[in-house]
Amino acid sequence: MNTTAIVFFLEAAIVSGTPLLFATLGEIITERAGNLNLGVEGMMLMGAVSGFYIGLISQNPGLALLAAMVAGAAGALIYAVLTVSLRANQVVTGLALTIFGGGFSGFMGQRLVGEVAPESIKLAFKPFVVPVLGQIPFVGKIFFQQDFFVYLSYLTAILVGLYLYKTRIGLNLRAVGENPAAADAASISVSLYKYAHILLGGALCGLGGAYLSLVYVPAWQENVTAGRGWIAVALVIFATWNPYKALIGAYLFGGLDIIGFRIQGIGFPVSQYMIDMLPYLVTILVLVVVSLKKSQENSPPKGLGIAYFREER
Amino acid sequence: MKRKASIFLVLLMVMALVVTGCGSAKPAGEAQDPVNEQPKVKVGFVYIGPVTDGGWTEAHENGRKYLVEKLGVETVIRENVPESSECEKVINDMVDQGCNVIFATSFGFMEYVEKAAQNYPDVKFLHCSGFKMADNMGVYFGRMYEPRYLSGVVAGLKTKTNKIGYVAAFEIPEVLRGINAFTMGVRSVNPKATVSVKWTHTWIDAPRAKEAAKALLNEGCDVLAQHQDAPGPQVAAEEKGVWSVGYNMDMTAIAPKAHLTSPVWNWGPYYVAQVQAVMDGTWKAENYWGGMNEGIINLSPLTENAPEGAQEAVDKAKTAILSGENKIWTGPIKDNTGVERVPAGVTLTDEQLTSMDFNWLVEGVIGKVE
Repeated sequence: MNTTAIVFFLEAAIVSGTPLLFATLGEIITERAGNLNLGVEGMMLMGAVSGFYIGLISQNPGLALLAAMVAGAAGALIYAVLTVSLRANQVVTGLALTIFGGGFSGFMGQRLVGEVAPESIKLAFKPFVVPVLGQIPFVGKIFFQQDFFVYLSYLTAILVGLYLYKTRIGLNLRAVGENPAAADAASISVSLYKYAHILLGGALCGLGGAYLSLVYVPAWQENVTAGRGWIAVALVIFATWNPYKALIGAYLFGGLDIIGFRIQGIGFPVSQYMIDMLPYLVTILVLVVVSLKKSQENSPPKGLGIAYFREER
Repeated sequence: MKRKASIFLVLLMVMALVVTGCGSAKPAGEAQDPVNEQPKVKVGFVYIGPVTDGGWTEAHENGRKYLVEKLGVETVIRENVPESSECEKVINDMVDQGCNVIFATSFGFMEYVEKAAQNYPDVKFLHCSGFKMADNMGVYFGRMYEPRYLSGVVAGLKTKTNKIGYVAAFEIPEVLRGINAFTMGVRSVNPKATVSVKWTHTWIDAPRAKEAAKALLNEGCDVLAQHQDAPGPQVAAEEKGVWSVGYNMDMTAIAPKAHLTSPVWNWGPYYVAQVQAVMDGTWKAENYWGGMNEGIINLSPLTENAPEGAQEAVDKAKTAILSGENKIWTGPIKDNTGVERVPAGVTLTDEQLTSMDFNWLVEGVIGKVE
């Protein structure tokens, strides 16, 4: 592979990693609140279909994004009511949400058969060059000649990082995820924090889905996520619940997903079936490494997956 | 209070079930009216993807609609069936629902259909694109390589860089026949052109197909063809401002500025003929492999993006194929490693074309079979 080919590949890896990044950030926020939401795939699909549908009707990219976020959050709301208020099992509820989201998008998508995203939206999400930054050799071409969504994902990752580690609310959120009883004793409203962040997480998953339907494919395709939601769940572990590491993880997985196409042409002597396995192998490897060197920083929030009963604290 | 409310809710749900149960029981009773002389036929369709995929499954679904319109038979469909033991469950379920003719429309369903055919000797199974048969299991497919060859002629005339890309799903004979015929079509009008193949190992993942297409475009290809159920490569070509050849259905709407033409399926007449044969009691398991002359496949009309002279070239090639003058698989044919696969004067038989030994790529293809 020559340099241009590598730059082309890295540029494509960023695009391929962007839906993963949104979903991973959403799931990180959710899990930081102590809730394991396995419905990422479902919420992405809900966002994908709603964003596409509203985009098609309104021809307005802003409204389309809003619709995708609202749809993702609506899916998350179902999950939040069940797991926070009714204290249902989080794993089962999340799986149910995945199935529901798939059905919802299939049902809504029936009217969207063969529809292509309108020109106004295609135009709004066309790649553009960021002044100055886009002129840097290599780096500019890879990171700063992308579309609006990609820039939004950089920004979101940084904002989530600042939010979690540099603000008071972020600290409270982490307390809720680690030890809800202690947070409750410090007069933090556990339910409010859980609801707010589960919804926010769902909205980000919805955005990830909308990227696939509105920008990536831009035509309606049922089950457009094709398992990317599950990769995002794995990526949260890969990133050890850290939004900055999620950036690296998402682009790494995005790259691994497409590297097969790039090396098929140059006679690389490894079977493509082997390469197709890479993202999953890497996940297993990371799980092994993370569990071998247990540290405070790399372990999941202590309250993850456990429903909080105030009466039992 | 809460308990009363929940008991009430449960009662309400039970009532709802009972009522809907009664509702659906009635028409079923009517349907068994002895007035109908012909044996009652209920047809099941097992689909690999959603009926809205804009490609393969939608083409079958159009065939099913045509069948219902023509014969008015009752049909059952199941979408998104994976090529795993799940397929067996779906078939069992369809038989339980009373289906006595079942069409399974993906290659990977083969072994499950075969098993089901043994378990249910009274049910007629028709498996699309496979090669295993039984007394109650027929095989059907179309000689898609014929319109593929024609689409290759269009692509070969269109390319400026003499590099054509081909996004393909799996290394199975069906796909390989398509690539090889397409490439021979390309080189019949443009001997300098090459066809680069990328394998996606998925039929339905549109973003993945688009990624493969982007990789081809980065390599300098200016016409993309695809053997994918989803139209990802069409979109990639449109965005890059180059050209594309579709598949399954006319894909002009997806990529109006890029699309040249598509090899397309037309299953309807075949489905009607088969179900009619079952109704008449004349059905026999057969290996049906229809060509362009039988209308099960065709090339969609060339769009205005097609190059000048393409229509004439296609017409000429089509006439030659229909008349049997061009059998496509007549030697000498070399593969892309230089080995002679078909000696001069020999034509590959249908058996050779459909066997798993058909695992080579013709001269002019850049890529390999894993």
